[in-house]
Amino acid sequence: MKETQTINNNSKSTETTERISGSEAVIKCLLAEGVEILYGYPGGAIMPVYDELYKYQDRIHHVLTRHEQGATHSAQGYARISGKVGVTIATSGPGATNLITGIADAQIDSTPMVCITGQVASHLLGSDAFQETDIVGISTPVTKWNHQITKASEIPEVMAKAFYIARSGRPGPVLIDITKDAQFEEFDFKYEKCKGVRSYNPIPKLDNTSVEAAAKLINAAKKPMIVWGQGVSLGEAEAQFKAVVEKAGIPSAWTILGAGAIPTSHPLNIGMVGMHGNYAPNVLTNECDVLIAIGMRFDDRVTGNLATYAKQAKVIHFEIDPAEIDKNVKTEVAVLGDAKESLAALLPLLEEKTYPEWHQKFKDLYAIEYEKVIKDDLHPTKEGLTMAEVLKEINIQTKGDAAIVTDVGQHQMIACRYANFNKTRSNITSGGLGTMGFGLPAAIGAKMAAPEREVISISGDGGYQMTIQELGTIFQQKVPVKIVVLNNEFLGMVRQWQELFFDRRYASTEMTNPDFVAIAKGYSIEANKVTKREDLKDAVEKMINTDGPYFLEVCVEKEGKVFPMIPTGASVSEVRLE
Amino acid sequence: MSTEKQLFTVSIYTENNIGLLNRISAIFQRRHINVESLNTSPSEIEGVSRFTIVVNMTEDNIKKIIGQIEKQVEVIKAYYHTEEEIIYQESCIFKMKSGLLFDEREIQNIIKESNARIVTVNRDFFVIEKSGRKEEIELLHRELSVFGIMQFTRSGRISITKDEMKISTMLQAFQD
Repeated sequence: MKETQTINNNSKSTETTERISGSEAVIKCLLAEGVEILYGYPGGAIMPVYDELYKYQDRIHHVLTRHEQGATHSAQGYARISGKVGVTIATSGPGATNLITGIADAQIDSTPMVCITGQVASHLLGSDAFQETDIVGISTPVTKWNHQITKASEIPEVMAKAFYIARSGRPGPVLIDITKDAQFEEFDFKYEKCKGVRSYNPIPKLDNTSVEAAAKLINAAKKPMIVWGQGVSLGEAEAQFKAVVEKAGIPSAWTILGAGAIPTSHPLNIGMVGMHGNYAPNVLTNECDVLIAIGMRFDDRVTGNLATYAKQAKVIHFEIDPAEIDKNVKTEVAVLGDAKESLAALLPLLEEKTYPEWHQKFKDLYAIEYEKVIKDDLHPTKEGLTMAEVLKEINIQTKGDAAIVTDVGQHQMIACRYANFNKTRSNITSGGLGTMGFGLPAAIGAKMAAPEREVISISGDGGYQMTIQELGTIFQQKVPVKIVVLNNEFLGMVRQWQELFFDRRYASTEMTNPDFVAIAKGYSIEANKVTKREDLKDAVEKMINTDGPYFLEVCVEKEGKVFPMIPTGASVSEVRLE
Repeated sequence: MSTEKQLFTVSIYTENNIGLLNRISAIFQRRHINVESLNTSPSEIEGVSRFTIVVNMTEDNIKKIIGQIEKQVEVIKAYYHTEEEIIYQESCIFKMKSGLLFDEREIQNIIKESNARIVTVNRDFFVIEKSGRKEEIELLHRELSVFGIMQFTRSGRISITKDEMKISTMLQAFQD
């Protein structure tokens, strides 16, 4: 991933030093890294930094979230839509531990994020002091890198390293814990951006022989298929990717985080793979002769049972992280490197091709999926509203240009299946960790990073209530985000599993919900509720045409199910349509 | 044979940083892999630490583990080796009652034959030290346990590879 942030001219590194406190140094480092927005929550151990934030408030915007978890998801939304590093700040103890879910989410979804936490004074470390927690120990398994600062003089170098590590190579979260005495301590400040870390090689050097071997396999293939992931957009390789797909004429499917790198409507875009992905790419994964994986990691939700996954195919894996090669699926050819560079090198070696018969197979299977699933989802004959209808209406009203920020569950799968993604970085969702509560705060960050874009948060009634307090952030910051709750009065995905695999024993999945409209209105957010099909169009239109934030609750059928579905342990080709 | 479990010695060159031990042990813990032994020490390069970890697992899995270890920002390089590819030693110390030295003549022979040495003797106890391969140490332990061991401790494995490790070249390349 390229460094997309520019150094703020006013605080570029200089030869001269100035004597300032550690806490002011933190702010100066953030400014030097081009940070404009921070998401956070103050508290005892981070107060010196907040005091500096007060002084610098004309240059750096601090967003007070209503919970530290909200801060991390907002920072993630900010990072995912913009490619910049999202930044959160919190106090020690519970402030720091509340960041963990968001950090784990950013780690598994490769999201660049820097989290700054305050810590008790260094002489109190290990004494079980008030609000002391070993956040470096706790965050170790879920951070790309973390570090505790106990002396102010360490701040510039560690902060520079934090941003460099978070955004370079395969991005990820970094946590920097700063003791309170280091925040107060004065030292001679001088900032230099990090240009490299000797033990860390973010982008493996591209090996041309592997590119040639990949091209040879692709050119000789009779039934090739591409599965791409988030690596394409993280590597800003959308143009190179599109050129490769079009020249080679290969049917291309996406993982949930890959969505939008080429538009949904592109003729070679054959849909989503995985547990609730499209029928054709799942079934034909087990029929293709060459499987070209680009910037994806063969997650178990993508592969189903590995023992029966694409066994007939020769697998080519384009990947930036060497640890992903052969981790889950054995590759014939591994091309290590940055997606943009690798695909640019591949392009001239590819023969121009089309595979009309092979394409027809995808079309035939799509027709089956349409008949058995899609038709009833989009054009239901039954009375109850479906989630897919809502997505269809949003597609129409936004012309497919919106960024869709989802939570986790049935609505998420439906949104990914039916939303039109015309633009890259438009599907912001918790893929790897499956964090309920992600959606609303992530939408806040996304909208603040890309105010020119329409940002629509889509949640279920369950996940929405996990971070519903962030309505307060929307209210205070006046973030014009559109909030849709698809309410089926159930934890729908768990209920679906209970129906299919646990003989309809609906253990703790039924929800008695509050008056969501009243809650939104309590935060002065315009709100509406739809229960009938004939009101849906006008309601979505009203939402889109409202300037400020808007809340729309849609009551959907209670026991709707998401299909296709690959049951756990089944093969991708055993994907069920009903 | 990559699906059969065997002993591998993992050598990891790292920056000398607090917390890295935690990061590396978490990689094993998370995958429920039991570590047979673990040793950290300085390496031949100033400022660079060396971890020596022994695990019993398949080659397929150790390759993945090495990938996960090398992925850590402060790990410079990680290697894995089979028993044949390395020269290794462990060391152990025994504390025993001094009286045994005089009452049990056999002990003197055991010490001599096993190439162990007596580190200290006083009125109450004496201490034996031995370095060697795991089996030699186990044999010595078995032989001495007949007489009653007051205390016993054994170190983790330390090892040197027969082939060259190109770590210095790697670090030099970074400087250039």
